[in-house]
Formats: sequence, structure tokens, C-alpha cells
Amino acid sequence: MNRIKHHIILEDLKEAKKVKIIVDGEEMEAYEGEMIAAALLANGRKQFRYTKKHHSPRGIFCGIGRCTDCIMTVNGVPNVRTCITPVEDGMVIETQKGVGEWKRGENGV
Amino acid sequence: MYKTSIAVIGGGPAGLSAAIEAAKAGAQVVLIDENSRPGGQLFKQIHKFFGSKEHKAGVRGIDIGKQLLKEAQELGIEVWLNTEVCGIEQNKLLWAVKNKTESVQLLSERIVLATGAMENSIHFPGWTLPGVMGAGAAQTFINIHRVAPGKKVLMIGSGNVGVIVSYQLLQAGCEVTAIVEASPRLGGYGVHTAKVCRAGVPFYTSHTILRALGENKVEGAVIGRLNDKWEFIPGTEKVFEVDTICIATGLTPLAELAWIAGCKFKYIPELGGFVPLHDENMETTIQGIYVAGDITGIEEASSAMEEGRLAGINAAASLGFYSSKQKEKLCNEVRERLDALRQGPFGKMRRIKKQELITSRREIRCHQQQIV
Amino acid sequence: MSSTTNCLKTIGSPSLEELKGSPGFPDEHHMKKGPIAIIECIEAIPCNPCETACPKGAIVVGHPITNLPTLDVEKCIGCGLCIAACPGLAIYVKDYTYSDTEALIVFPYEYYPLPSIGDKVTMVNRRGAEVCEGKVLKINLSEKNNKTPVISVSFPKKHFEEIVSMKRI
Repeated sequence: MNRIKHHIILEDLKEAKKVKIIVDGEEMEAYEGEMIAAALLANGRKQFRYTKKHHSPRGIFCGIGRCTDCIMTVNGVPNVRTCITPVEDGMVIETQKGVGEWKRGENGV
Repeated sequence: MYKTSIAVIGGGPAGLSAAIEAAKAGAQVVLIDENSRPGGQLFKQIHKFFGSKEHKAGVRGIDIGKQLLKEAQELGIEVWLNTEVCGIEQNKLLWAVKNKTESVQLLSERIVLATGAMENSIHFPGWTLPGVMGAGAAQTFINIHRVAPGKKVLMIGSGNVGVIVSYQLLQAGCEVTAIVEASPRLGGYGVHTAKVCRAGVPFYTSHTILRALGENKVEGAVIGRLNDKWEFIPGTEKVFEVDTICIATGLTPLAELAWIAGCKFKYIPELGGFVPLHDENMETTIQGIYVAGDITGIEEASSAMEEGRLAGINAAASLGFYSSKQKEKLCNEVRERLDALRQGPFGKMRRIKKQELITSRREIRCHQQQIV
Repeated sequence: MSSTTNCLKTIGSPSLEELKGSPGFPDEHHMKKGPIAIIECIEAIPCNPCETACPKGAIVVGHPITNLPTLDVEKCIGCGLCIAACPGLAIYVKDYTYSDTEALIVFPYEYYPLPSIGDKVTMVNRRGAEVCEGKVLKINLSEKNNKTPVISVSFPKKHFEEIVSMKRI
């Protein structure tokens, strides 16, 4: 959709291996190895979490893992910085509400 | 516990250059970076760099990054990726977390801090809405991840970052609706502003953003004119229909590790805020700890690389890998190149302020000697 | 302050008045004599690849490298090697003598998609305003240009002074 396929300086976007991710229960296509935030943006998703007190939406802000605005719950682990965490096939990604909830036991953490 | 001669923290242009110089001298080097790929922000710099041949002028940042990585690999530099350094003890013991799970300690005779900087933000109603982001963030998404952050972008700030990213957004196929600058004068290099200007992007000087529009994401922006006291003039509002607002209002050095280590700092707004003091050799107020690049004053990647070289050469020389004569020769070459970059109306202020850092460092050293 | 001074730092592009006072901008006579490089670099930034790229020694920056590039109008042959060498994309070549009715411009263009030879394109001025139509004659994608395509377009002579580039496709 909004993937930049052609570019005058960078070469044409290489066809990467496609993987499936599950975002809030919905299956989405992503490129293997790309960051979660990039995959979501490519699928038109801009809201990544809602704040605890005012329930206001947050999305990508610094893009390099510093600001923690883009954190989500990934495979049950909350507060994952999606802009610097690569997707994996079958990854379960959830919009984070507030500070998130640890699902103990499921991931061995 | 791991041991090494020199640990370099941060694998951007400054850190890579420091590691390369130290390894060239024969020192054992470990380069640590928190990211999954080294290179820092070099790989999103797809434009040709300025300077002269010695500064790799005309080469694109992305290609300079590739060259540095190749050099580091050929020199056998050990690179620890996905590793966050959390503490420095007794000036030489690093504590880090690898892959978010493993706690490691590294004892290093010398440490080079090249941790870079992060983007500043400005705050206005709606600034937290999805769609408002740092200009550097947008640059990362278009040039590295190859995903456009939106279709229509409003850029806040006309410094080099603002105009370069605007140009690269155009190259990525986005529309840049306008570039807004609070000052009456544009900040970036004229060649950059001219480039986006002839592409039809309008500049609004003496204007600021008043608010972002939208409930769940950015759907527009309101800007307004400022008077000569930088106050908003009511009735001058202008509405843009945009889906992305990029903020390019400067950077702040990421100097946490220098604070933790106990380095002395000075507040120099022109360099981006609090910066660790260092001498001509990039050594901080703590013996054996060096700094290079944006951590000690926001500049271009070209000067960050030269500072990195200076730090690498000196860290290695202090361990006996160079004679003082060899060291001076190498350092003078680097300093000459660094001085060449810090000339003219843009570079002059940085030269003066960097000198201020060095002078303050010297005063502290004199004071320390008097106490002893 | 007249409306044409200090355009670079307020509007974003230099005015003719600002350019005419700079050492890289040829005088009227030489500008119209044949193919010649036109350097729109009027700020002292640390940069000199234009000097190194010129095979005729027609561009001098010297030391310090923040000096403005000076064009020796007698030495410049309008070969255009400086166009892609300039990291600021601030140099183009123009030929007033291209034909009786048309002039030629050779300029850097770093956008996708590129036009094709023979295409009619819209030519723009320094502020991006559409001025006239032009015809694409050549697209130079030489490896030496390091991914900066250099395009040659002919356009009506009467717009000689204002045309600097083409509108993105």
C-alpha cells in the first residue's frame, strides 16, 4: 500500500519473504525481518497503544527505540518497542492499553 | 567477565571511526551497539555529503556506512549488537544487557562514548497524536524501512534536518505541503532550501504550529504567524490538510553514560544542551574515558567521524600503541580536516563553542592539579 | 530592504540579484555565449567537489573550503561534469545558442520516475512555479554521477534566465 517500491537513489524494493502476523486478532502480511512498526504502518495502522489515564492514542514518534511511544504487547509481553523489534512469522501483536499486562506463565516469564 | 583494551559504545559514524582507528593501531576493540544493525543513523542519509575529498564529499551517507562496516570487519573488530550498556563502574567496568536477557560485564582499559543524540520535540495541542513524529523518524521509515509515514506532510523546522528530510520525503513520493519556521530566517543550507523550493514546497518563516487536528490520528494542522517577539498574531491562522506532521527542531546529546561515569558537563545551547567536557584528544574529565560525535555537541556526521578518529587514535596511543610523535602526526591530520569543516557562517559558531568545551576542560585540569 | 534581497533565507531560493553578485554566476555576456556552468552556491559552506570535478580548472574554491566557488568563464567549456559532483545540486549548464528559438539546460534530477527521451515536460523556475514546456533530449545515468541523473531539456529562449529544473512527474 504505502510501501516505497521504486526509488531513484535506493534500488527497487526487494521482494522479501512474506510472513503472517496477527494484530488484534486480525491476520496481516509483513516482510520477514522488518520492524513491527514498519509492518503496521504498511498495513495502514497508525495507533499502537492507548494511554492509561486519558486513553489517548499513540503511534510512531522517534522511530529509533528511544521514546517508547510505539510500545505494544507482543506475544504476551507488554512494552515492546515496535520500531526496533523485528516481526516473526505468527507473531501475536496487540494494541497496548495503559501500561500493559504481563501474562505470566505463557511465555516463561 | 569479558576483557578488552578499548570498548567503543555506539556504532554510528563516530563510534565506527573510533573503533577502526583504535584497531588500526593494533588495539583489541569491542564495539557495542544497542541496535540489531550497526551504522547508527548513517544508513538513512541517502544524500551526498559535503566537505572535500578527504571528508568523502560527494559520497552518500549510506555508502560511507557500508565502507566503514567493511573496514571494521576487515580489521576484525568484535561487534556486540543488541547490547545495551547500562552502567560504568570504576571508570573501566561496563555492565551491559545482551539480547534483553543476558547480563554481561566488560572490563576495558579505555572507553569511547559515541552514543549520539535524539530528536527534540515541541509541544502543541495534538502533538501526541499518531501521525506527529520526528523528522528523523520519518526519514528512518522512508529510507530504511521503505514505508511512507503518510501522503501529505507538514514539516516543522527549516534546519538542515528539516529540509533534507523534506527533500527525501519528495524522493519517496510523499507530498510536502509546507515547511514552517518560527524564525524570520530559514535555518538550513541554502542549497538544500533551494532544492525543495524549486520542487514547489513553500516555506513559512515567522510561523509556528498552533495545533494538530484529528481525533485518533492527524488529519490536519493549524499554523499561525509570529510577531518580532515570537508571539502568535491572532487572525493569522492557516489550516493545512495533512496526515503527517514532522518535527525537526534540533537534537539533544544522549549523554547518560557520561553522567553515570561522573564526567563533568557544561551547558552549551549551541551544541544541543549539556555536553561532557573534553580536551583536544577527546578525553573527558575522567582519565581513560573519551567522547566523540553528537554526544559532545550536535554536528554533522562528517565531523562526528573525525572526532571518532581522534578519540580512537588517542585511546590507542594512551595504551602505548603509538609513540607520541606518531600520535601527534595522525592527530594533526584529523584536526586539520575537522577545522576545515568548522568554518564559514555555519561552522564558525560550532568551532567557538567546541573550543569553549576544551578550555573548560583545561581549567578543571589545572584546578585538579592545584588540589593534588 | 528590497523584495529581491535575501530571498535565499526567507523564500528558500536565491533571487537573480543575489546570484549576480556571486562568483559562480557567469556575467550576462558569457552566459549567452555558449554552454556554460551556472553555480548557484552563495553561502560559505565547507564543500569543494565542484573544484575537483572540473577537468579544465575553471572552478576554484581553494582554502578554506568554505570559500564560494569561483567560475572562470573563459576556461569553462560547459561539459557538465560538475553537475552531479555538486552534493547540493546547485549547478546546471545552460546553452543559449542551442538553436534560434530554443535554449538548453542540463540539470540534476533525483526523483522517480524519470522522464523518457522525447517527452514533453513542464519547466519550473527557482520557486517551483510552472513556466513553460520543454523537451527531454538526453538522460545521463553514468555511474560516475553516483545515482544523480542528469537531464538535458530544450525550452523556449525567452525563459532562459528563470528556468532551473523540471516539474516532478
